[in-house]
Amino acid sequence: MSGLLFQNIEKKFGSVVAAREVNLHLPHGKFVCFLGPSGCGKTTLLRLVAGLETPSQGRILLDDEDITRTPAHKRNFGMVFQSLALFPHLSVGENVAYSLRIRKIDKATQRQRIAELLDLVQLSGLVDRHISQLSGGQRQRVAIARALAIEPRLFLLDEPLSALDAKLREEMQLELRMLQQRLGITTILVTHDQREAMTMSDLVVVMGPDNRVHQIGSPLEIYRNPSDTFVADFIGTSNLIECTCTGAKEVQVGDTLLEVAEMPAGVSRGTPVILSVRPESIHVLPFIEKGKNRFHGRVAFVRDVGSSVEIYLDCDGLPLTSQSTPKGRPDVAQGDDATAVLPPESCIVLKS
Amino acid sequence: MIGEKPRGLRAHLPVIYPALMLGIFFVVPFGTMVAVSFFHRQPGAFYLPGFELGNYRALYTALFGRVLVFSLFLAGLSAAVCVSLGFPFTYFITRMQRRAQVVWLVILLSVLSLSEVIIGFARSLLLSRTAGLSNLLVWLGLMDQPASWSPGFMALLLGICYLAFPYTVLVLYPPLSRLDPARPEAALTLGASPLRTFFTVVVGSLRNAIVAAFVMVFVFTLGAYLLPQLLGRPQHWTLSVLITDQAIYQSNMPLSAAMAIFFMAVSLLLVALTMYAGQEKRAAGP
Repeated sequence: MSGLLFQNIEKKFGSVVAAREVNLHLPHGKFVCFLGPSGCGKTTLLRLVAGLETPSQGRILLDDEDITRTPAHKRNFGMVFQSLALFPHLSVGENVAYSLRIRKIDKATQRQRIAELLDLVQLSGLVDRHISQLSGGQRQRVAIARALAIEPRLFLLDEPLSALDAKLREEMQLELRMLQQRLGITTILVTHDQREAMTMSDLVVVMGPDNRVHQIGSPLEIYRNPSDTFVADFIGTSNLIECTCTGAKEVQVGDTLLEVAEMPAGVSRGTPVILSVRPESIHVLPFIEKGKNRFHGRVAFVRDVGSSVEIYLDCDGLPLTSQSTPKGRPDVAQGDDATAVLPPESCIVLKS
Repeated sequence: MIGEKPRGLRAHLPVIYPALMLGIFFVVPFGTMVAVSFFHRQPGAFYLPGFELGNYRALYTALFGRVLVFSLFLAGLSAAVCVSLGFPFTYFITRMQRRAQVVWLVILLSVLSLSEVIIGFARSLLLSRTAGLSNLLVWLGLMDQPASWSPGFMALLLGICYLAFPYTVLVLYPPLSRLDPARPEAALTLGASPLRTFFTVVVGSLRNAIVAAFVMVFVFTLGAYLLPQLLGRPQHWTLSVLITDQAIYQSNMPLSAAMAIFFMAVSLLLVALTMYAGQEKRAAGP
């Protein structure tokens, strides 16, 4: 099987398990994000790929070749570290050419390659600068150019954008994504920022605080069909409602009956389940309307930030959040009676 | 306060005490020594105030030159040995777990609590023919008969390095423990072997710390007085021994003062040169 394959990987540090039962297949040329809260083992997983750690159990294969025990310096992977780890005693050009010099590539080729790479990351003309003379964004680009110098088989990024301010970070996200598409190189990015993961990746690997992989899929798939309550809550925001299964496509919350899209396998009548509904799927009506899939309550708070409007409803103790565009904003104010409509197709049932 | 010049007596109050102490215990004695180096020696007595360059001219002897060169050589070699052993040693300590690091640092600090005299005698005993290490090697069958290794140059070098090594580690420890562990890792992912990583990245990016440690041990060893006499032969005596000999036993204060001043000037020049050489390809920033 071509691509990167994790077979039953487990990594322990003493008695602490950093990653367990990881089985993944990452196809060629994709931009993959390891996404999860801090301490979930995503960086450990990346370091296992880079060869900076060895797994306690399991194998890692790249294009059917077992690389589990290959030392880091023989893997030909490019890695960008969270701290960037640039060499402060070398100039920009020397940093970029470090891997070329190690491989004893002749000076003329080195110079040409440095020029190409600096051009690629838009830093032409800064070859002789010292690292300390660069801004945060420029250092970022040097680290990227340095990692790409040997045309690596894998491009690994460990939260490289976390130190940048919000605006620059978004710019770099787009830039990195375009760079990856242009080079067609298999890339793994570690991040705890779900927005970053959604923006950049073809494939998202969601890891949870139990150090397991919870879900693998395209950003939209994960957003629309979270596999469990952790994913539903971690990716974007979700209204998570405890309820009971009452039929093939029906659940009950208190006295309210809700029709849902689908019931997960193994759930029978009477089983307690969790209903997940995205805020933007909930419509708020400024009056009380009876019927299925409807909750009645009072508007607790309205947050209008210009680009979107969030309405917090209190439906007899059940808090619900709805989000809409300014155009579709329902005509309600704090304290008003209102109805929340939860369309069946956006009601996802998860096992509790 | 920062960037503003202190004004008035009150603002200067905190520095008066250290300034006074520095004046009494450093500036005045040093000034006295500089002055004495130009005074006239009165044989059989002390010295007479005056101004003459004869004391400095008297330094121009083969003995002084040889001892000066030997002292500088010994200090330079000790510094080189200490730094080249201390740097990798400290690097490995800083990569250990916190608990292990503390144990190693405590061991090193306990070496500092030993007096130079104890170290000197312990070394001379340890390297002697009658009771030294060579007996152990004979017993193990590695040597035919016990040998005397002290006094001698190697014994002296060993003693000085033993004394200076903890200081070297303590000087190197802060910069090495601050070294971003990702930096050598980055070199590994870029294809450098662990050994090459150590030399190109760890040594390379800590050049300033290495120069600082070298200069520290160099200066520290220049003043060696006791160990050369305990562990060395007369040809291994340093300038400090010669100066003491002139000052105490020959009662020639002006000449010994001139020696000391000249020695200090040469050392400062060498230190300045070393710093300059170290800074030439200096990395700007952290």
